[in-house]
Amino acid sequence: MSKASEKAKEPLFHIAKRPSMPMWKSWLIRIAAIAAALIVCAAIVVMLTDLNPIEVYVSMFNGAFGSKRKIWSLLQNIAILLCISLAVTPAFKMRFWNIGAEGQVLAGCLATAACMILIGDKLPSPVLILIMVIASIAAGALWSVIPAFFKANWNTNETLFTLMMNYVAIQLVSFFITIWENPKGSASIGIINMNSQAGWFPSLFGQKYLINIIIVAVLTVLMYIYLKYSKHGYEIAVVGESENTARYVGMNVKKVIIRTAALSGALCGVAGLLLVAGTDHTMSTETAGGQGFTAIMVSWLAKFNPLLMIFTSFLIVFLEKGASEIAMAFRLNESIADILTGIILFFIIGCEFFVNYQIIFNKKHKEGK
Amino acid sequence: MNSYPALELKKITKRFGSIVANKDVDLTVRRGEILSILGENGSGKTTLMNMISGIYYPDDGQIFIDGREVVIKSPRDAFKYKIGMIHQHFKLVDVFSAAENIVLGLSKEDSPTIKEASERVRKISEKYGFDIDPEKKIYRMSVSEKQTVEIIKVLFRGADILILDEPTAVLTPQETQKLFSVLRTMRDDGKAIIIITHKLHEVLSLSDRVAVLRKGEYINTVVTAETNEAELTEMMVGKKITLDIDRSEPKNTQDRLIINNINCLSREGIKLLDNVSFTAKGGEILGIAGIAGSGQRELLEAIAGLQRLESGEINYIDPNTGKTENLKDKTPLQIRDLGVRLSFVPEDRLGMGLVGNMDIAENMMLRSYRKGKSMFLERKKPKTLAETIIEQLEVVTPGVSTPVRKLSGGNVQKVLVGREISSSPTVLMAAYPVRGLDINSSYMIYNLLNRQKENGVAVIFVGEDLDVLLELCDRILVIGAGRVTGIVDARTAKKEEIGLLMTKTDGGAA
Amino acid sequence: MMFASIATFIQRAVVQGIPLLFGSTGEMITEKSGNLNLGIPGIMYVGGVSGVIGAFFYERSTDNINAFLAVIIPLLAAIAGSALMAFIYSFLTITLRANQNVTGLALTIFGEGVGNFFGGSLANLFGEGGSIAMTATSNIFRTPFPFADKLGAFGKIFFSYGFLAYSAIVVSLFAAWYLNRTRSGLHLRSVGESPSTADAAGINVTKYKYLATCIGGAIAGLGGLYYIMDYTSGVWTNGAFGDRGWLAIALVIFALWKPNVGILGSILFGGLYIVYLFIPGLSRSSQELFKMLPYVVTIFVLIIVSMRKKREYQPPQSLGLSYFREER
Repeated sequence: MSKASEKAKEPLFHIAKRPSMPMWKSWLIRIAAIAAALIVCAAIVVMLTDLNPIEVYVSMFNGAFGSKRKIWSLLQNIAILLCISLAVTPAFKMRFWNIGAEGQVLAGCLATAACMILIGDKLPSPVLILIMVIASIAAGALWSVIPAFFKANWNTNETLFTLMMNYVAIQLVSFFITIWENPKGSASIGIINMNSQAGWFPSLFGQKYLINIIIVAVLTVLMYIYLKYSKHGYEIAVVGESENTARYVGMNVKKVIIRTAALSGALCGVAGLLLVAGTDHTMSTETAGGQGFTAIMVSWLAKFNPLLMIFTSFLIVFLEKGASEIAMAFRLNESIADILTGIILFFIIGCEFFVNYQIIFNKKHKEGK
Repeated sequence: MNSYPALELKKITKRFGSIVANKDVDLTVRRGEILSILGENGSGKTTLMNMISGIYYPDDGQIFIDGREVVIKSPRDAFKYKIGMIHQHFKLVDVFSAAENIVLGLSKEDSPTIKEASERVRKISEKYGFDIDPEKKIYRMSVSEKQTVEIIKVLFRGADILILDEPTAVLTPQETQKLFSVLRTMRDDGKAIIIITHKLHEVLSLSDRVAVLRKGEYINTVVTAETNEAELTEMMVGKKITLDIDRSEPKNTQDRLIINNINCLSREGIKLLDNVSFTAKGGEILGIAGIAGSGQRELLEAIAGLQRLESGEINYIDPNTGKTENLKDKTPLQIRDLGVRLSFVPEDRLGMGLVGNMDIAENMMLRSYRKGKSMFLERKKPKTLAETIIEQLEVVTPGVSTPVRKLSGGNVQKVLVGREISSSPTVLMAAYPVRGLDINSSYMIYNLLNRQKENGVAVIFVGEDLDVLLELCDRILVIGAGRVTGIVDARTAKKEEIGLLMTKTDGGAA
Repeated sequence: MMFASIATFIQRAVVQGIPLLFGSTGEMITEKSGNLNLGIPGIMYVGGVSGVIGAFFYERSTDNINAFLAVIIPLLAAIAGSALMAFIYSFLTITLRANQNVTGLALTIFGEGVGNFFGGSLANLFGEGGSIAMTATSNIFRTPFPFADKLGAFGKIFFSYGFLAYSAIVVSLFAAWYLNRTRSGLHLRSVGESPSTADAAGINVTKYKYLATCIGGAIAGLGGLYYIMDYTSGVWTNGAFGDRGWLAIALVIFALWKPNVGILGSILFGGLYIVYLFIPGLSRSSQELFKMLPYVVTIFVLIIVSMRKKREYQPPQSLGLSYFREER
C-alpha cells in the first residue's frame, strides 16, 4: 500500500523496434556516426597536442596518401586486412564466431616459412611457390577445422575454442623461431632466403606489392560471387539464419559448418602466405599483428558484403596510417592509433541501434482531467 | 466492499511496427469474478495481458486499478498493484529449483530464505492439493509440474488480480478440472481472475463473464449465464458460421505409409513415441488429434527423417512402382533421393519451414536449390514459382523480394503451404496449419488440403480444433502421451469420444 | 633443496595466477549477467595504467610517501578506470544492444591503446629505456606478512604475497558466496540464464547487467594493477602484460563459471605458465612448447564439458545475447 497512491506518471519515452528503414537512411546514420567519431577523435588529439584540428586531419591525410610509397603501403595493408576479412566472412555469415583468424593466419605464415626455409633451395621457383600455396592453405584450414569439427559434433563453443587456438599457434611459431633462428641467439629468423630470394613473390611492373593486391582483388570478387550466387553460399546463409530450417530441407549441417570453416581458415592461410612470401619475407609472432581481430570489425561493418569490405578495410587502414602519422609528426606515442580506431568503432557499433530501433516519445493524453 | 472494479482498461492501443495488435480496447474485471478473454489466435489477447503485467507498454490508453489511474512500466510495477500473470510460455529458469524460481524477484523481507520459502511452498501446495518438490530443478520437470510452479509463484506473491494465458493448452482433462477448482476457490476468496482461452466449453463452464476480442479490437463483454456457444462464436469470428468444409468421399485409396511400432526417446530418456503403428492412405486425409505435446511433432519429424527412432519401421509404398522402402534412419536427403515425394508443413513456420530474413523467392529455393549440377543457384524458376503462389493463393505482400518475416501469419502460411504443394507430393504432412490464421485463410488451407487428397496424395493433418478435425478428415488417429489411443471414422465419431481417447493416457499401460 | 624449489614454484605460480584470478572473477560476474565481455584484456590494461598514473602523480606530489595514500590512490584510479571501460561496453551492449563480440573486441583494441599510450608516454617523458618504475609505491603493495620469512617454505607459500593477492582470493570467495548464497546473486544468475524470466519476475534486468558488468570490469582491472604494482615491481613496459587478459577468459571456462574453482584454476594456470622454468634441461625451443599448456588444457576442458552436456556446467544460457523486452 506504500506508494500505490503516487500520481500516474508516464515514462518520457520508450523504445520500439523499427519495422524497416530505407537503405539511404541507414547509410546516412552510419556516415553521421563516422563524422561524429572523427570530431571526437580530433577533439582528443587537439586536447593532447594543442594543435588546430585542421592540421590534425591534414597530417592524417598525409600519413595515408603523402607519397607514392605511402600509397603503395596503404594499398598493401588494405589488401592483407581485406583478405583476412574475406576469410572470416563466410564463417560469420553462418554465425560461426571465428575469432581465431589471428592463429589461422599464423598457421599459414608458419607453413609458408617452413617451405621457404626447408625446401627453398632444392626446387625451382614455380614448384616451390605452388607447394607454399598448398601448404599455407592446408595449414590455415586445419587450424579452423579443428574447432569446427567439435562445434559440428558437440556444439563446443567456437568463440572460445578459436580464441585459444590463436595462442597455440603463437607458441608454435615461437617454437619454430627458436629452431630456425638466424643469426643464433637473435630470437628471430631474419629475412628468409635473403640472397636467393627463393619463394619470394616476384615484383610486377617493378611494384613488389602489386601481386598481393591483385590476388586479393580477385579473391574479393570470387567471394562476393560465392556468397551471393553459389549453392554453397545459399547453404551458409540458411544455416546461419536457422539450423532447424537447414536440417528440415535436408542440408547436412555438420558438413556445411566444417566446409565453411575450412574455407575461412584456408583464406586466412592465404593471408599468411601473402604476408610471408609477398611482404615481410620473415615471420614473427607479431606477423598477423592483431589483424585477425580487426578483420572481424571490417567484415561486420560491411554487413558481410565483400564489396563493401573494400571501403571498410580502407577506412580502418586509413585511420591507422593517419593516426600513426599524427603520432610521428607530433611526437606522440603510436598507440594513439588504437585509441582513435577504438573510438570510431564505438560510434559505428553504437549507431546500429538507431538503424534498428526507434525512440517513441509518449504524448500526453489526459486532456479530460 | 470497494465499489470500483479491480482493473479497468480504457482505449488501450498497441502497435508493432505497422501491425495494430490492440486497438481501443476497454475491459473491466471485478473482484470475486472470473473473466474469460475469448478470441481466436492472433486476436491480441496475449498482447493485451502483457500490457497489464508490464511486459509491453501501451502506445495509448489508460489503466485503472481500484479506480485510480496507474502506469505499469515494468513487471515490478505490476507486482506493486498485485497483478500476477501466468504466461503460456513459462517464465522459469531451467537450471534453478522450483523454490528458487518462486522467490525470484522478491526481496528478503518478502521471503527471508530459500528454506523458509520451500516451507511456504509446501503449505500452499497442501492447501490447493498441488504435488511439487520445491528442490526439484525445472529442467527435470514435466510441463504440468512447470505450470504448477508458475501458479504457486503467483500465489506466493499474494497477487489478487491473476491472469492466466491459455493455461489448459498443455493439461490433461483431470489436470484442467483441478486447475478450475483452484481458480474457483480463489474467486471465492475475492480475487479477480482473468483467463485467456479460445476454448468455448471452458469459457462456459468456468467464467462469470466473457470479454471477446477480434483482430485486436474489443467486441463486447457478456455475462456467461446469459449467453451461449453460438452467440460467443459469432462475436469471436464476426459472422455466424457453421463449419462447412467441402469433404469429398475418398476414392481409390491405397496404402502409402505403413508405420510399424515406432519408438522414440527424449534426451532425458522419456518415451515420446511409444509403439506407434498406423497406416496413411493416398486419397484420404488422416487427422491426428491429441493434447499439445503428446508426440505429434516427433511423429511427423520421424516420418520426415528429422527424428531418430529407437526401433520400428516406416514403410513407404511408391504409388507408381509399388515398391516398399523403409524410411527409418534415413536423412531427409536420402528420403528424397529414394524418389519419395514427401512434403511437410511444420508447426514452427519461421523457425523451421521458412527462413524469416529471406525473401519469398529465396524461400522457394529451399526445396529446389540442389537441382542441377552447376555450383551456382538457379534463381529464375523459384522466382516464377513465388509469383505463381502469390497470385494463386492471394498472398498479400509488397513483392517477391520482401522478407517473409514481414508478412502476416496467414500469408506466411500460404507461402509455406504453397511451396510444399508445388513439388506435387505423394505424402503431405501439415502440423497445425491454420493456427493463428483468420477464417478466410483457414478455409483456403482446408481447400488446398482437400484438393491434394482428391489428387491421390496421402494427407496427414495434425489439428487442435476437434470440430475442424471432424469435418475435414476421413479418419482420425488419436494420440495420448506418445501412444495411439484410437483411430476413428471422422464421419461417424463424436467429439466426446475423441476427447475421451485424448485423455486415455495412463489406462493403456497395464 | 627439492622442497625449497617446489615452494618457489608454488609461490611463483600463485604470483602468476593472481592477475588471471582477478580477470576471471570479474569476467565470471559479467558473464553471469549474460554479457560476454571480450574487452576484459583491454580493461586489464586500463586498470594497470590507471594505477600507474595515480601512483605517478602521487609519488611526484610528495616527498613523504604516506603508505595509506600510496595504496588507495592507485587502487581507486584502477577501479575507476576499468569500471569506466566496462561502462562503455555496458552502454553499447545493454542500452544500444550492440553485438557483444564486436563491442568487446573493439574495447580490447581501445583499452590496449589507452594503456600503451599513457603508459608509453609516461615512460618516454619520465622513464628510461621504454619503461617507468613506480618503485616506492610498488614496495608498499608488495609488503608481505612480516613473519613470512621466519616460517621457511610454509611462509613462502602462504604468507609472502602483497595484500592484493589475498584480496583476489577474498574477492573470489565473496563472489562465490554472493552468486550462490544471496538473493541478489540468484537474481543476477537468472538475468544471465533467462532475462525475460527475470524481467517478468520484476527484476531490473538493465540495472543488474550494468552493475555486474561494471563491477566485474573493476575487479578485472585490479588484475592489471596487481601485475604492475606487485608482479613487475611497479615497472610499466608497453605490451608487457601480454595475453594475460585472454588467459583470464580461458580460466572462466576452465573453472566452469565458478569463482571458487577459479582460485585453484588460477594457480594451476600460473603454474602451467611458468612450469618450463622449473623443468631442468629444457631447450629454449621446448620451453615455447610448454608455454602452450594453459591454452591446450583450456581447449580440453572446453571439449570435455561440451561432450558431457551436464546442465550445471554450461555457460549462462543467454550469454552473448542482448535483451529487448518487446521482442516478438
